[in-house]
Amino acid sequence: MSNQDETPERPEADTRFEFAPSTRRTFLSRLGMAGLLATTAPVVTTLGQRPGKAEQGLSAESKDAIPVTLRVNGKKHDLRIDPRTTLLDCLREHLHLTGSKKGCDHGQCGACTVHINGRRVNSCLCFAAMHEGEEITTVEGIGQPENLHAVQAAFVACDAYQCGYCTSGQIMSAVALLKEPCGPEDVDVKELMSGNICRCGAYPNIVAAIQSVRQNVKQQKTG
Amino acid sequence: MNTFALTRADDSAQAIATAAKATTAQQGAEIRFIGGGTTLIDLMKLNVEQPKTLIDINRLPLDKIEALPDGGLTIGAVVRNSDLAYHPVVRKSYAVLSEAILSGASAQLRNMATTAGNLLQRTRCMYFRATDMPCNKREPGTGCAAITGANRSLAILGTSEHCIATNPSDMNVAMAALEATIHVRGPKGEQSIPIADFHVLPGNTPQRETVLEPGDLITHVTLPPPAPGSRSLYLKLRDRASYEFALASAAVVVTVANGKLTRARIALGGVGTKPWRSTEAEGELTGQPATQAVFQKAADAALRGAKPQSENGFKIELAKRCLVHALKLATQTA
Repeated sequence: MSNQDETPERPEADTRFEFAPSTRRTFLSRLGMAGLLATTAPVVTTLGQRPGKAEQGLSAESKDAIPVTLRVNGKKHDLRIDPRTTLLDCLREHLHLTGSKKGCDHGQCGACTVHINGRRVNSCLCFAAMHEGEEITTVEGIGQPENLHAVQAAFVACDAYQCGYCTSGQIMSAVALLKEPCGPEDVDVKELMSGNICRCGAYPNIVAAIQSVRQNVKQQKTG
Repeated sequence: MNTFALTRADDSAQAIATAAKATTAQQGAEIRFIGGGTTLIDLMKLNVEQPKTLIDINRLPLDKIEALPDGGLTIGAVVRNSDLAYHPVVRKSYAVLSEAILSGASAQLRNMATTAGNLLQRTRCMYFRATDMPCNKREPGTGCAAITGANRSLAILGTSEHCIATNPSDMNVAMAALEATIHVRGPKGEQSIPIADFHVLPGNTPQRETVLEPGDLITHVTLPPPAPGSRSLYLKLRDRASYEFALASAAVVVTVANGKLTRARIALGGVGTKPWRSTEAEGELTGQPATQAVFQKAADAALRGAKPQSENGFKIELAKRCLVHALKLATQTA
């Protein structure tokens, strides 16, 4: 059925999103904010309250909030968070580091992969308050657009993504893999990357990207 | 997820005293120790576990792997699975343990999961994980939805009419074949529990999975010295090549001299309600030549008591072939 000759109705303007200019990221994070306020109502004491400071996050403080100091990408953050807050939710909703993605939220997909003290973990299965004093690194902390990490550059060069949702998790896993015991073959990389699911199926290019970095590291060592 | 109080234990005695106030250390415990959290946080998100207090034990000094004077190994409760699997002594002298751990989960989860936590890993039975379904393990007396439901991945050994949930751990299977001892400190003092006695069969109390009582804290696991001349191996069969639970697995530790098996320790995974040590298979192997016919007899003995459900009868043959092939590989290299 075609609606071609009907004038599409413009929905009532939703003033919540009438901030300009809006990048894709700021738009999505506002959507996330609306979703958060809608779904976490029992925890939030005052709905709709605007955060006073960026680090207070998008929701008002839980009555069970506890003080937590986290060190993320070399920067210290003093927070008050509900003990139920996962490291993933803390990074995304309180620190606005939205590079780490929420996929399954049960440690099955790897989209939320970050490093704690240099080791890759699923941040969705960590309570943030258990990681005080540890060095947390997210995809925002390993490279910048003008100065990409070698793995990020290789993902670009090898076209190692399609939709991109799993990419930051894949990259964080790959960066950690470089320092782990891993055999030389593609099959060895596939095994150690099996905790990162890519629904688009970009696996061959992901493996190629990781192998190209490992090859360069090897050449630099022997060269 | 229900809210909880999070406390960090600075010493074991304080952690034990706090946890001892719980009414159970089994399903539904109000007070839980938390290590890596890879099972517990997952189940809390599903409301399968709803502890009111969590005691973070990660700062306790239980993170060492050390050689014992008798030639064995001691492994701290919060040693991460990846550190255990990649430890040079484990790779060399307890290969079955390294292989079992590396065949399970993902690199990220292995970096988080602890030795004690893996011992207490919970079943992946979908009915246990779904609070809108009956499950005697989660809610005693509600019935077992798996027996009449989707049971392809569930257990064929050690089941009861109340529960057929599989113990999902790979590490536990290797530890069973290595005859590990679990060391527990609790309100009544210290206990050393052989792994064969640590997990209990579901019977008519499937909510009880181990012998642990409130306040019991696993402090470490010890492995006996490797048997002289022994070879060990873990073989895991599953639906995917990686990052998948076992349909059937075998941990074998064998010593071969002059073509004969002088010693054998056998455990199966993916098929039992607990890590399945098979002394029956060991009896068929010991003193016999390392031949296909002997391996087949051992496999038949291991699965003799198997009880298939509507969808998992294939596991009987699969587990037999898994054990036969594992024995073939282990004795070939011996």
